[in-house]
Amino acid sequence: MRFSVFRVLREAATGHRGWRPLWRNPDPQPGYDYVIVGGGGHGLATAYYLATTFRQARIAVLEKSWLGSGNIGRNTTIIRSNYLLPGNEPFYEFSMKLWEGLEQEFNFNAMVSQRGILNLIHSDGQRDAYRRRGNAMRLAGADAELLDRDGVRAMYPWLNFDHARFPIKGGLLQRRAGTARHDGVAWGYARGADLAGVDLIQNCEVTGFRIEGGRVRGVETSRGFIGAGKVGVAVAGSTSRVMALAGLGRLPIESHALQAFVSEGLKPVIDGVITFGAGHFYVSQSDKGGLVFGGDIDGYNSYAQRGNLPVIEDVAEGGMALMPMIGRARLLRIWGGIMDMSMDGSPIIDRTPVEGLYLNAGWCYGGFKATPASGHAFAHLLATDTPHPTAAAYRLDRFRRGWLIDEKGVGAQPNLH
Amino acid sequence: MLIPHPLLGPRDAQEFTYLGDARLLDRPDGLAEDAEASFFDHVYLRDNPAGLHRELWFHEQGDRSWLVVTRDTVTHEILGAELARDLVLRNRGAA
Ligand SMILES: Cc1cc2nc3c(=O)[nH]c(=O)nc-3n(C[C@H](O)[C@H](O)[C@H](O)COP(=O)(O)OP(=O)(O)OC[C@H]3O[C@@H](n4cnc5c(N)ncnc54)[C@H](O)[C@@H]3O)c2cc1C
Repeated sequence: MRFSVFRVLREAATGHRGWRPLWRNPDPQPGYDYVIVGGGGHGLATAYYLATTFRQARIAVLEKSWLGSGNIGRNTTIIRSNYLLPGNEPFYEFSMKLWEGLEQEFNFNAMVSQRGILNLIHSDGQRDAYRRRGNAMRLAGADAELLDRDGVRAMYPWLNFDHARFPIKGGLLQRRAGTARHDGVAWGYARGADLAGVDLIQNCEVTGFRIEGGRVRGVETSRGFIGAGKVGVAVAGSTSRVMALAGLGRLPIESHALQAFVSEGLKPVIDGVITFGAGHFYVSQSDKGGLVFGGDIDGYNSYAQRGNLPVIEDVAEGGMALMPMIGRARLLRIWGGIMDMSMDGSPIIDRTPVEGLYLNAGWCYGGFKATPASGHAFAHLLATDTPHPTAAAYRLDRFRRGWLIDEKGVGAQPNLH
Repeated sequence: MLIPHPLLGPRDAQEFTYLGDARLLDRPDGLAEDAEASFFDHVYLRDNPAGLHRELWFHEQGDRSWLVVTRDTVTHEILGAELARDLVLRNRGAA
């Protein structure tokens, strides 16, 4: 079933009786060449690229709940490639380029909207830092523009420019950045993978790994044993729990809760994404009119998929400092997700000490934008046993070797990344 | 969350800053043969359990003592807290 204007018109004329479920709901086979653990964005994208770009067969995705029930369906949907370090920026720019062609490629509307992201500058030091970042972005083929105060004022005249402590002095703008519909991304990859022959198996929790002679042979699940040539784990906040089943639970990762917020629907006011440079607050507006915003993680280890009130207060204060008009808006919904915070704030896409077992983790709170490149790079690693050129720095042993990719320069303190 | 401070009674968790797993108290010996490996483990690796977690909280906005808090990471329930100093002295006594 292909989506097209013609198809929509035909269904409209015939009472919408021709639509079919987007994917099958198969029972697991006894064995596969590739088993992907975790049906979030990264697991689904990995299966999709394995089956399409890398032309592999006999692939299954095992998801303990329903597809997209984890962070892929909980994030604030920002996509961007405004990173600084050489280990990161080419990867995120590769992801941005994949976003740009994604909907045509998998024939699904993921509402990719390149509405631009503006990082605000509040001090001279910050301007220097953002100028450097902008240059690093351009060197990696991304776009970046440094705006002065008037340039920002022309875009968003209602910002709090003359805040006594944090006046706005300019901004770093990436016009190609923006938002995408998070659920749509999961559904698009799921449908594309299913059409390419991947078995998407829901309500199937991995409860153990069968490892013989240092090599993985398959996984124990709530639906029985499933044999596998290679196993790729992409379970985000559950990484330590799942890898512990393979005896690899002690990882450079802590799980933390991150919250997101949506206001009641308002008239269009923010047509891009804005980040406050003096605290942690970022905001965009959904097509339904709700202001979608967020801030820091709660800061202590958590698997609760919900946060607590102090961070809500902190985020609201950031919003008030940046755009006092937000004070009259009412909050509609708040929720949380569990982030796999790594020790340097950057991800891991690598083999593990167990032969045939591969790990995709450590996405912190920035893994949504990475979904296409992460899936592509993980599929590359699984299919060819070599890292994708843009993901070559994401080694698991980089912490031991001292090759950290520490964008923020805060050291081994995961709740500060 | 309220942290039951052993000296000050229940205090709002907001008065504290969080460091992480209480195993950080066991700093490896820098002169030992395997110092490099044990410092790598100490600095970068975490058990990250779902369930009971013993962790270090610093009473920054209070009496500036370090506490070891036992908390359930799945429910956020706090089951107890003691002074990190007491714990370290007790362990030293045992060793
Ligand atoms: C509030 C919030 C806001 C965010 N905002 C942004 C943003 O604006 N931009 C951005 O780039 N990123 C953002 N992120 C981060 C991003 O959502 C994540 O980094 C990314 O989604 C993680 O990858 P994933 O999609 O594969 O994870 P998930 O969707 O969490 O997928 C992991 C899956 O593994 C499954 N699983 C776990 N254990 C097992 C098991 N034993 N067996 C089988 N399956 C299992 C889970 O059920 C889950 O479905 C945000 C996250 C949150 C929570």
